[in-house]
Amino acid sequence: MKKIFSRLLNHLITVLLYISGSITSLIVILIVFFLFSEGIGLFGKKPTEDGFIMAVNKSNTVNHLNAEQIKLLFDGEITNWSEFGGKNDSIILFRMDNITDYFTEEQIGENFENLPACISKVVDSIPGIVAFVGKHYIDKNFAGKELQVDKITVGDFMFGKLWFPTAHPVAVFGALPLLLGTFWVSIFAILFALPLGLATAIYIAEVAHPTVRNILKPVIELLAGIPSVVYGFFGLVVVVPFIQNAFNLPVGETAFAGSIILGIMALPTIITISEDAIRTTPRSMKEASLALGANHWQTIFRVILPYSSSGITAGAILGIGRAIGETMAVLMVTGNAAVIPHTLLAPVRTIPATIAAELGEASQGGLHYQSLFILGCVLFIITMIVNLAVEFISRRNRRVAS
Amino acid sequence: MSSLVVFFLVLILGFIITKGIGVINWEFLTTMPEDGMTKGGIYPAIVGTFCLVGGSMLFAFPIGVMSGIFIHEYAPHGFFKNFLQLMTNNLAGVPSIVFGLFGMSLFVNKLGFGDSIIAGSLTLGLLVLPIVIRTTEEALKSVNDSFRLASYGLGAGKLQTIGRVVLPIAFPNIITGLILSIGRVSGETAPILFTVAAYYLPKLPTSMYDQVMALPYHLYVLSTSGTNIKESRDMAYGTALVLVMIVLIANLIANALRKFLSKKVKMN
Repeated sequence: MKKIFSRLLNHLITVLLYISGSITSLIVILIVFFLFSEGIGLFGKKPTEDGFIMAVNKSNTVNHLNAEQIKLLFDGEITNWSEFGGKNDSIILFRMDNITDYFTEEQIGENFENLPACISKVVDSIPGIVAFVGKHYIDKNFAGKELQVDKITVGDFMFGKLWFPTAHPVAVFGALPLLLGTFWVSIFAILFALPLGLATAIYIAEVAHPTVRNILKPVIELLAGIPSVVYGFFGLVVVVPFIQNAFNLPVGETAFAGSIILGIMALPTIITISEDAIRTTPRSMKEASLALGANHWQTIFRVILPYSSSGITAGAILGIGRAIGETMAVLMVTGNAAVIPHTLLAPVRTIPATIAAELGEASQGGLHYQSLFILGCVLFIITMIVNLAVEFISRRNRRVAS
Repeated sequence: MSSLVVFFLVLILGFIITKGIGVINWEFLTTMPEDGMTKGGIYPAIVGTFCLVGGSMLFAFPIGVMSGIFIHEYAPHGFFKNFLQLMTNNLAGVPSIVFGLFGMSLFVNKLGFGDSIIAGSLTLGLLVLPIVIRTTEEALKSVNDSFRLASYGLGAGKLQTIGRVVLPIAFPNIITGLILSIGRVSGETAPILFTVAAYYLPKLPTSMYDQVMALPYHLYVLSTSGTNIKESRDMAYGTALVLVMIVLIANLIANALRKFLSKKVKMN
């Protein structure tokens, strides 16, 4: 009896081990599934508020616009229908508040009973009008036609230049500024961190005395261990005011501040991986180079660096990946303006920072909420590609080395 | 160049320690925040962070260790093992904010835990799972094969060998991973933003379905979105120092342990 029991227990534990062995794969799949299922509803929906429609004059040849165009239209940035491919007519905006400009209160009626007829009349009489009105004010006799709002597409989302998730009358979800902002900050972070990290890695692996190495290694580990919110806090109270004073800017929260902080945060990753790569250089190669009369530095630059270049590349890519996904530090120091970046000395906004800043305000299940989950998917895919690339490079490396 | 790296560390730590050391006293650590968080202490945030660390470790440590054992001892060499290691690495590279989104979607909404300690702990647990798995793998790798063979030679089964021989030898090394993940969990902000963290709570949590304050989120709130940022700056320095101290101590213990153990192994 006891024997059977213990064998059962053995089997049970083995099964448990099998299950927990695949847990990481399971979690990765779950993450993909949940992010997509929460966010995918965004595509194919109209970005207008429920219960409202846009109406234009019957003679207007423009039938549909996308969210970005409508945003520009209602902001007064575009004032002529010809810019949308319609007739050469100037655009006249009409909202519910404007109704009193055209009709007196008696004409509308005490209980707004004549409102549908009034709106119809206005839309019919002005060729360039675009009216944004409640759906229930449009009846069968309406003389204008409905201006269709394009559904949100993947292309609009990825390449749209405007990010106004809470704008009226339509929300605009164009993630391009966020994508570019993310890359902008990360690339400059790496430009700053790579030379520094590489130099440190060479120093630790090839030049430093063992005692110095034993001090440096824990220091680098500590640098990796400091929480990102502490980096952000440091950036906020030290780097940001410094940049503001040094460049005489109105605000110090800039892409530059983000790049510096991210660069420092990416250092440990780059150093550790590059150092490992440099260490894998076979002793025989180094000695051959030295025997040929090359000095230490020539050996480092002509033999060791080329040999370990793919490992160093892997370190740099992984560093970029970490920088792209970093949330809190960036959120705290980059100023979070969703514009396409053109200089280092202006605020930018990254994808993780957008999610962190906006998810709290987005109502669950709404378009804004869904769009943030799609951003999460984009982020996940980017980091997945980065990881796979690194994995590929380092596997090939290991094969070559062995 | 590398002195620059040391310089960065010294600069950051030095700044936070010199600014924060004056704020920290017994009262700061053990009283509630007062006057819109400009006075008083950070006691609830410390308690919250400890709750989260404990909860996430309860979840991540057993599963991570089992997963590590499976990958190193059971999984056949070749594609399957490579795939599992690849997935572990992938999970380690997923940005923390994505964990936050996932935790919010699964634990908070789907499973209906709401903003709670359990949702936050599970999310943080997932985040550190790869760390635990990897250190377990490393620890198992460092166990000399002769121990395994000797155990088999005495007639022990695979599970017995792992449970009675391999794990006891590897265990101190596995603990290093546990300590490192404690450091990581106590510092993470993004995953708890939407799963557990509260802006301000006047009372301590009573069950695992309660919200808590947490040190990293508290620091974020104090330094960016408080109503009187200037007045609460001192509190922020203090909070940052406490947070850094926790992480530093965790790292130092892990390091010391590793050094001590590598000496011991050499002696064997």
